Formats: sequence, structure tokens, C-alpha cells
Amino acid sequence: MVPTDLRYTKDHEWVRVDGEEATVGITEYAAGQLGDIVFVELPDVSRQLDQFAAFGVVESVKAVSDLFAPVGGEVVATNGALAGSPELVNGDPYGEGWMVRLRLSSPAEADDLLDAAAYDALIAAG
Amino acid sequence: MPYGPHTAGDRERMLSALGIASIDELFADIPTLLRAGRLDLPEPEPELELAARLQRMAGRNRTDLASFLGAGVYRHWTPAAVDQLLLRGEWYTAYTPYQPEISQGTLQSIYEYESLIAELVDLDVVSASHYDGAAATAEAGLMTCRATHRERVLVSKAVHPHYRATLAAYFGAGLELDDVPLVQEGDAAGTTDLGALERLLADGGPPVAGVIAGQPNFLGLIEPMAEIGRLAHAAGALFVSVVEPVSLAVLAPPGAYGADIAAGEGQPLGIAPQYGGPYLGLLASTDALVRQIPGRLVGMTTDVNGKRAYVMTLRAREQDIRRDKAASNICTNQALLALAASIYLATIGPHGLRDVAAQGAARAARLETALAAVGAPRVHSGPYLNEFAVRVPDARGVHRRLIEHGVLAGLALADVLPDEPSLADALLVCATEVTTDDDIALFASGLAAELTGPLTGPLAGAVR
Repeated sequence: MVPTDLRYTKDHEWVRVDGEEATVGITEYAAGQLGDIVFVELPDVSRQLDQFAAFGVVESVKAVSDLFAPVGGEVVATNGALAGSPELVNGDPYGEGWMVRLRLSSPAEADDLLDAAAYDALIAAG
Repeated sequence: MPYGPHTAGDRERMLSALGIASIDELFADIPTLLRAGRLDLPEPEPELELAARLQRMAGRNRTDLASFLGAGVYRHWTPAAVDQLLLRGEWYTAYTPYQPEISQGTLQSIYEYESLIAELVDLDVVSASHYDGAAATAEAGLMTCRATHRERVLVSKAVHPHYRATLAAYFGAGLELDDVPLVQEGDAAGTTDLGALERLLADGGPPVAGVIAGQPNFLGLIEPMAEIGRLAHAAGALFVSVVEPVSLAVLAPPGAYGADIAAGEGQPLGIAPQYGGPYLGLLASTDALVRQIPGRLVGMTTDVNGKRAYVMTLRAREQDIRRDKAASNICTNQALLALAASIYLATIGPHGLRDVAAQGAARAARLETALAAVGAPRVHSGPYLNEFAVRVPDARGVHRRLIEHGVLAGLALADVLPDEPSLADALLVCATEVTTDDDIALFASGLAAELTGPLTGPLAGAVR
């Protein structure tokens, strides 16, 4: 069972909405599918992202994948620790492996996303 | 009879195994309109007659001229070892070795190429390799846009006009490319106008991703590269240096004056001048831009037994992995020419390369004196290395007539820079270590006859 306090995209990003801000990362399932992550390319702070826009790239030993913003907003912080320790995404995807923090442009956008049960069903279906 | 590996029987068996009646069925998905038709070739000729005809055609090439033509391609002496080693069959293999376990030799040669060029340009990362200097420069421009998320690049008008044309083609799909004009008068004439650059960087237009300048520039002049780089960086832009590799033995390398990217034509490193190539595009960058650099990167590592091993690395930049998101889809490795450059550099060594550059500069100084003495002074007064522009009235006509005198008098600049009125009557000439005193004397005497007239002797018949 994935964490129930998060919302999810079909592209396997999670978002934790906290007031006007939201933290974004990729799910444990996504990290597992990618394998050992060796590089995460993150956007510059203050970049404005639309909902579902590509904001970065995650690269593993066997694949490369774009990262999509679950919600729109302005980038207020990125996880600098990933530059030197990209393996945090594999080890702690919902915690130390977070990627960006956004200031939400439209909090209602989170309602478009999957809840934990729906995401669980998605990955169970493969 | 066509040359082909398969007999009619072979083809029959393959078609029946596939369950199809003809080879054309394999191409059924391609609209007929797009399929190749019959090639429009002349009828076959006997080999003896064909060889004789081709030899007659080749005989019309003038290879006897005393050449002062540079303009991006330079004649140099090449040790015989370079061409001899290139003949070895081991090198005629895949230019991109995807299977490291069976490609250690090829990978090692690419690794050595990257290491040698990195030393030459004093930057961290070199990719192997690109079509030519123009393509490498255009890739450098695109790198600055990806790295900065900006969409506008400034290029000095003293960057090779062919490179600027290639940049314009690559930038045609939505990116903005603006020229930085040249200083028109005074000691800095012919170099990038720093005041104009500063104004363009702050003109309220879209923010600038990168600034591109050449060293030496297309007119042979030495540019204030550190200052151009400082202005670019102050505006948040990256700085691309377009280099001529031999010059780096005596001039400051891009890494020493803060360039983020170096691009250039590798032909001077052991590759003969030849019509349209194939040549070798050099591209190098700082470590910070390693994810943006297109082309093969080979790394050295250790295998499971702890032995030295080479692998292609950071593959996620490349088109076979990332498809449309790759750092480039207009990208190759000129592996054999990169190898030629490596053998050339390894054979003549750092001292030899310094000699090549210094001798070219010394002979160019003699050329300047000889041409000035017959009335063709330099156009510009700033420092140059081994190439410079001289003022010659009716430069195109003089250039044409001097060929009858046995001299290829460089390049009439009006042919490539028609919108620079100050260069309307100018020849761009160069000297390298293969330029002889006899060549220089022949050029000077021919030019003297042209400039002092009335013409006598062999040139008289060539008057318009």
C-alpha cells in the first residue's frame, strides 16, 4: 500500500500538498522500475511550471525518464542532495528522495490526481 | 552483372522462408512516390577507357599552385605514420562501438582522442566527434540554449561565415541568432565589437544563452577572448570559443580564459585539405555541461578482475537511448579522422605542435613584409597568428589572374563577407610551415606586376 496522505499521477509522481506549497517526487514503484538512479536533473528555482509539464529528468543505469509536475506552480526549492546522492530516490522515495517544492498556482489541480487506492490499483494492474 | 553477396538461389530461399514473392514486398509500407527510382547513370564503360577519362578530368585540377589559401582549412606537413596507420584494417569497424567487451581497441583510441583534445583546449570533457567545425559550433550554440533554458545566441561576425550559416540553419526552428558586429576602425578593427556586444546583451530582447567568438577569428586576428567571456558571463550567458587547434600550442586555450565550450575544425591535425571533407568537428566543454554535450563519451574504468577497461559512458544523452530528447540527432563520430588527429598529435608531440604554430607565424610575418613591399598592406593593425587580410584593389580580378601566375592568392573576402564594405578590396592570405620563401617570392612578384602595371611578361595575356 502506498502512503495515503499523498496524491499520485499516472506517470508515477507523488505530490504532498501542504497549504500553498507542494512537495514532489517519484514513487517507490517508479524508482524500482528504473533501477539504480544515477542522475536527477532538476529545474532552476523560480521557474514556473504548468500542471503536467516536464520539469526534469531522472536517469538510471538502464533508462531515462522525464519528470512531470503533478500540479502547476513556481519552483521554490529543489533537493540539492540529489546532485551528489541520487540513490536517495531509490532508498527513500517519499522522504529524503523528494525532488522539488512548488508554490501552487491552483490548489484545485490536486483534485485531478489519483488517491492512494487508485494508484495502488494502477500499479497492481501493471 | 551487379556485385552482390547473394545468388539468385539464395534470394529465392530467403523469400520463401519469409513467405513473400518479391523483395519489393518488404518495402510495401513506403509510398511508391518516396521509393528510389532507377538511377540516372551513364552506360558502363570499359575500365581502361574509364580510367583514362577520369585521369584526364583529374589532370584539370591545379595542384601545382603556390597556395596561400586558409580560411578555415590549413595545409600542414603530416608525418607518414598518420596515413600509414590509418590503412590498418582494424580501424575499419563500427564508429560507435556498442559492445565494449569486444571493442576495447576502438574505445581506447576514442579515449585517447578525447584526452589529447582535452589537454589542447584545457577543458574537462571532449566528445568524439562531429562532422566538421561548422556542425560542432552549431551544436555548441544549441548546448547553451539547453543549459540556460534561454533561446537567443549572439555570434561574432568574425566567426567563419560557413559556421554562421550552419548555426542559422540549426537555429531556424524557433531559436534566435543575432550577429555581433566588428570594430570598423582603429587598432581593434576586424575584431568583435565589445561595446556592441555589451549593448546586445542588455538590449531588452530575450535573454542571451550564449556568446560565440572565434580565436583566431575568421580574419586571422586575435580576439580579446577573456573580455568577451566576462561580458557573456555577467549577463548569465555561456561563452563558446571557436578554435583552430594548431594555434592552441601557442595561444591561451579556451579553458584558460573562461570559455564554457570550445568548438572547432580538427582538419589541421593531420588531415589533408580536401573538397568538402570529410573533416572532424571538435567539441569540448566544462564538467558542468557534461549532460548537454552531444556525441560519444568514452570513460576509463576497471573490469570485474580489476583490469583497466574502456566503456561508452553517460549514454542517456544519446539518440539511441533518448530519441527525440537526445542532446543531438544530427551527430556522428568521425572515428577515422579523430584517430588521424590523435596519431598526428601523438607523433609530433607538444613541442612539435608548438614548432608548427610558431613556424607558421614566422612565415606569415615574412609574407606580410613581402606583400606590403609591393603595395599590398594589411587591412587591420591588430595582432594575428598566421593569417591576415591585405588591401588589394580589384581583389577578385587579381585573385583570378594570379592563378595564371601559379599562385592561389588566398580568398577574396568580398566573396564570403559581401556585407562588409571595409573588406571589399581585400584578400585573406595565410602561411603555414609548408609555405616556402619561393612561394612568397612568386606571390609578391605576381602581385607587384598586377599593382604596378602596365603588365608585361606572362601576365600580359591575362588582362581583362
